[in-house]
Amino acid sequence: MDKLLTHSPILIIAIPLLVAFLTPLIGRAGGKARNTLVIASLAFVEFLVIILARDIHLNGIHIYTLGAIAPDLALPGGAMMPIRIILEVDGMSIFMGIIWATVALAAATFSLSHMARETGQTRFYTLLLLMVAGCFGMIFTGDLFNLFVFLEIASISGAALIAFRTRFADAVEGGFKYIVISAVAGLMFLFGVGLLYAQYNSLNIGFLASVMQYSMLDKIALTLFLMSLTIKTGMVPLHMWYPDSYTVAPANVTAMLVITSHACMYAVFRICFTLYGGVLDASVVGWIIVIIGLLTMFVGVTMAVFQTDVMRFMSYHAISQMGYMWMGVGVGLAVLGNPGALAAYGRDAINGGIFHILNHAMYKPLLFMTAGALFHRTATRDLNKMGGLGHNMKFTLILYIIGALSIAGIPPLNGFASKFLIYESVYQFNPVLAVVAMLVSIITLASFTKAFQSAFTGPQLPEYKNVKEVPKPMLIGMGILAAAIIFTSIFPGLVVEHIVNPATDALINQSAYVNGIMGGTP
Amino acid sequence: MMEYIPLNFPFLAAALLVGISFYILIFKRNLIKLIMGIAILASGVNLFLVALGYRAGGNAPIYTDVPEGPMVLPVPQALTLTSIVINVAVLALMLTMVILIYRHTGDIDSKKSRILKG
Repeated sequence: MDKLLTHSPILIIAIPLLVAFLTPLIGRAGGKARNTLVIASLAFVEFLVIILARDIHLNGIHIYTLGAIAPDLALPGGAMMPIRIILEVDGMSIFMGIIWATVALAAATFSLSHMARETGQTRFYTLLLLMVAGCFGMIFTGDLFNLFVFLEIASISGAALIAFRTRFADAVEGGFKYIVISAVAGLMFLFGVGLLYAQYNSLNIGFLASVMQYSMLDKIALTLFLMSLTIKTGMVPLHMWYPDSYTVAPANVTAMLVITSHACMYAVFRICFTLYGGVLDASVVGWIIVIIGLLTMFVGVTMAVFQTDVMRFMSYHAISQMGYMWMGVGVGLAVLGNPGALAAYGRDAINGGIFHILNHAMYKPLLFMTAGALFHRTATRDLNKMGGLGHNMKFTLILYIIGALSIAGIPPLNGFASKFLIYESVYQFNPVLAVVAMLVSIITLASFTKAFQSAFTGPQLPEYKNVKEVPKPMLIGMGILAAAIIFTSIFPGLVVEHIVNPATDALINQSAYVNGIMGGTP
Repeated sequence: MMEYIPLNFPFLAAALLVGISFYILIFKRNLIKLIMGIAILASGVNLFLVALGYRAGGNAPIYTDVPEGPMVLPVPQALTLTSIVINVAVLALMLTMVILIYRHTGDIDSKKSRILKG
């Protein structure tokens, strides 16, 4: 058990990677064996993430040095800088890890039925597990180049998954857009990594943070990182690819892509708070992030209002919701150098932004999956062609209502808790931001009511007379996320205290991350 | 000023390649040309990484029969190899997708083959 815990960071990445390439082999024995293997491995990964989270909560940052005699030996023999690849898991990483493990498990369960009519399912699960491994790598690694490699693994498998249903022309187009954008963003990121390596001869985030000078070249590198990750996250001036790719992917894949873009967002926060933490011109970069967030929030929701394609409608809402997180965390970053303001509202703003990541990661995949359930039974994504589906798809209806109320921020549900934290703290920073955020929330509620009305209510349409409820695995997949939403709604205090607060602390407290690698020397 | 130019020549070449590739990515509509642009961008970044690894007077880090003197750290070369492998995968995937787009729409001009709008 102790061994398992010590090696859990690498096992969490390695198990999906290994199973991904075992799947074609086991797949020869039949679909059942393969599905069991996939679900079992993801459940085991979820278990590992939870024991690792408990350990980090008790003992602080967990380090894993690849290839060293002892996994926590970051600096062998009194070396000045770490040479090996190091995985460093702190509160923020494990926060993302919990989200990703849960959503991946739910999405894989959902795909058991949703993809059952497709050919080449074995390859589908191989790609899915590769994406799981890539994203875990992105959020656990403590090495910039490694981050790039895992980013590319997640991008390549993600693009292949988007275009998986190659019989649809639009699916291939969406996949192509995604891979082009990812390739350009990835290469820009690599260029930035090269710039940093040229100056400091290291790729380790902790070491780089301890020697960072914030010279002209560092600023160029920061700009490259921010631009590439803003593209990958899908923030507003660079969001054009986002609805195209997310609309055409199978719903379970879209659910996972949402978290991939959160992982890129995690990389932005890691770079701003940790890599450049001590030297960053925090108020300038903070304001840039706040303004991007504000634009994203507003443009996303106004574009969503007039969409008739249910997946496209939800993609624009996903863009809009990400604006909240950037605004919350951006406000925290803007006051990072001012301890008084940070204690008064900055910390709450970061808390709200990060809590919103958790909530969004639960309700948005749920909503995408309900859209996928509608597509599964009606074979159309056009809201105008649907109607009266609530008569036959009662469970889907209930799950949709849970997700829609949560995204609109209606009081008992978790979306309200995080949005309220953001409004409250952002208002003290600049009242205009809070007003726009509330306006966006109202438009969100209005448009989700419209979609609800056109898909579920009204008389039964003759062509959907014989529509049945979606199969059990799909309901279980959605149920996992709905249960997480309800749990967070009932115990928001518990979740904030044990999961969100450590993540916020990990972001603010840069020296803890550096000391995790460099030992006692600050 | 002039004496720095030969030393910086690889970096200038890398910057030129990146510039050309961004021109292609922004102004060209043919999907195959777009992929070529990404290939050029990848070459530019790889050239930059390799140029970083060059140290005048350094020896290759191969431990058998090594001449006297300092050895260079082979990290940039390792990074470049990894990056080349990744780019091969990306380019291959993009080309297969262009083939599929051509089969569906009969065109590889991004203005004409485009379906998703709004």
